[in-house]
Amino acid sequence: MHGTWEPEIAPMGSMSGLAPVWSYLRRNRSLVAGLVLLSTLGLFVGLGHIVVDTSRSRALSAPAIRPPSLQYPFGTDRQGRDLLAAMVAGTPLTLRIGFIAGFLGVGLGAVLGFVSAYYRGKVDALIRGIVDIGLTVPGLLVLIIIAVSLKGGLTVDQMALVVASLAWLLPTRTIRAQVLSLRERSYVEVARLSGMNGPEIIVKELMPNLLPYLAATLVNAVSSAILASIGLEVLGLGPVDSPTLGMTLYWVNYNAALINGWWWWWLAPIVIILVVFLGLFFLTVGLDEMANPRLRREG
Amino acid sequence: MQLAYIAKRCGIFLLIVWLAATLNFFLPRLSGRDPVRDKLLQQAQLGGYVQAGIEAMTREYEQRFGLDKALWRQYLTYLHDMSRLHFNYSISHYPRTVNEIMAEAIPWTVGLLGTTTVLSFAIGTLLGALLAWPGAPRYMRVLMPPLWALHAIPFFLCGLILMYFLAFQLQWLPMFGGYTAGAFPALTLAFVGDVLKHAVLPALSIILVATGGWALAMRGMMVTTQGEDYVTFAEAKGLQSRTIFLHYCLRNAILPQTTALALSLGQILSGAVLVEVIFAYPGIGTVLYHAIRENDHFLIQGIVFSVIVALGLATLMLDLLYPWLDPRITYRKA
Repeated sequence: MHGTWEPEIAPMGSMSGLAPVWSYLRRNRSLVAGLVLLSTLGLFVGLGHIVVDTSRSRALSAPAIRPPSLQYPFGTDRQGRDLLAAMVAGTPLTLRIGFIAGFLGVGLGAVLGFVSAYYRGKVDALIRGIVDIGLTVPGLLVLIIIAVSLKGGLTVDQMALVVASLAWLLPTRTIRAQVLSLRERSYVEVARLSGMNGPEIIVKELMPNLLPYLAATLVNAVSSAILASIGLEVLGLGPVDSPTLGMTLYWVNYNAALINGWWWWWLAPIVIILVVFLGLFFLTVGLDEMANPRLRREG
Repeated sequence: MQLAYIAKRCGIFLLIVWLAATLNFFLPRLSGRDPVRDKLLQQAQLGGYVQAGIEAMTREYEQRFGLDKALWRQYLTYLHDMSRLHFNYSISHYPRTVNEIMAEAIPWTVGLLGTTTVLSFAIGTLLGALLAWPGAPRYMRVLMPPLWALHAIPFFLCGLILMYFLAFQLQWLPMFGGYTAGAFPALTLAFVGDVLKHAVLPALSIILVATGGWALAMRGMMVTTQGEDYVTFAEAKGLQSRTIFLHYCLRNAILPQTTALALSLGQILSGAVLVEVIFAYPGIGTVLYHAIRENDHFLIQGIVFSVIVALGLATLMLDLLYPWLDPRITYRKA
């Protein structure tokens, strides 16, 4: 028996380790699109940090309002920022807000979602009630009230915390729904009968099965957090002295760059924001498909 | 049974209102900032003089705004005011009240948001249904990628791009505002036309993006519905494919779509606020933007509270509509 198994497995093992990955990526084109977009952005930021002097992203470090030229490939803005430097320095800051808020949101959401769905009862009713109510309220407005109360030198990291304060609502709901469908599976029943306790089952049995799904939820949460942070920044509640993408758009709007024909000022941030959102979106779709291959049927 | 359902939904609505008021009251006070003093100091700095009587003035204003009483008294007064939708004076536009300022802005926002939400929901739902239907023309498949891409970008970004091409480059449409500056608001054909012309771009930037989202969600629901046994049964009975499409698939797939609408009103509104800001559209979003720039706490709070209440009401109405759309829900215990 054992002998007949060996030769069948051997070819798989002897194949180059990347081959199955490639063949999977060929089927999951959304995942590829997302990864390509985001790595391009990563490359831009990475190379930019080597080539460009990011200190020129500060105001008054370049002549004001110069269209793109050899010296300033992305042009400069009215306060004398080199926009290429501002993009190189600002993109990671915006992503940082998204990742901090996204991780905090999904972390808290996962804990609440698992607890809520696994234990049910009063805890579940309470958590579900809070999430249901919280989700119907327009998030940006609540964030505005929070940010206004704290206004006066909001840093990038504080900004991330403000955004995170609501970022757990949606993950909690979606993760809870997933766990609800998983907890009735027979392998969870087996684990329960074999004497595992609740936390053990959650960590050892449920978590691994939800990993791709959690990844998709995380990417989605990062995207929403970036959207919320850009929203706050465009309204003028962002970190005023940081060149985040949203703050650049705030200055664009503040100085009416569009009517004045300073197209280079808004072109770069808009293209980068488009790449960020499209990349994250395709990544979510790709991960969703990974988590739930049944979706493939629809494609 | 139905009464219990209605009572529960109304209870949730009241809870939302109370929470919004409480949040509105306590959050700014946690930071320990004094909006009146801040404003007066700011004005003193702008005026370039040192106001000797600034403490007395602060006290005077605080008395006027009721800020000198104990916290719980203030809270009760605040709840009382909120329940009557009385939002005090605007700090930056004193002596105008928050209600006056909002009353001017609300029709703009309701008009823009109401039209765009209904249009994008209707177009998107229909489009999504057609996309999933095997009998639909083949060229419709081409629509999928752009819909996906559009749906992932924020409203205001779409707005900026549209503004540049349609208003700045081609000059087909006006760039800013709700009507031509200097035009006298009156119910004439010319003025209404002017208003509509100004509304096209903001509306388009919301509709283009939102339609994609609704179409994609609807398509997903339709695909699931088409796999149901009752659809197979209907096909086996030899029903016309039109009947199956309209009465078997569409009718059922539209239910979760309505729930999604109730849930995403908040998100749509958050996005629309920014669209108003970039188009300087004279609605609530633009007022909010200026209130934030001028640090006008009462105005910000008034707007946030009324918007949360209005959206709560809209959600409540959709919730109450739901049993009517889905007769099965009425017989279930709420």
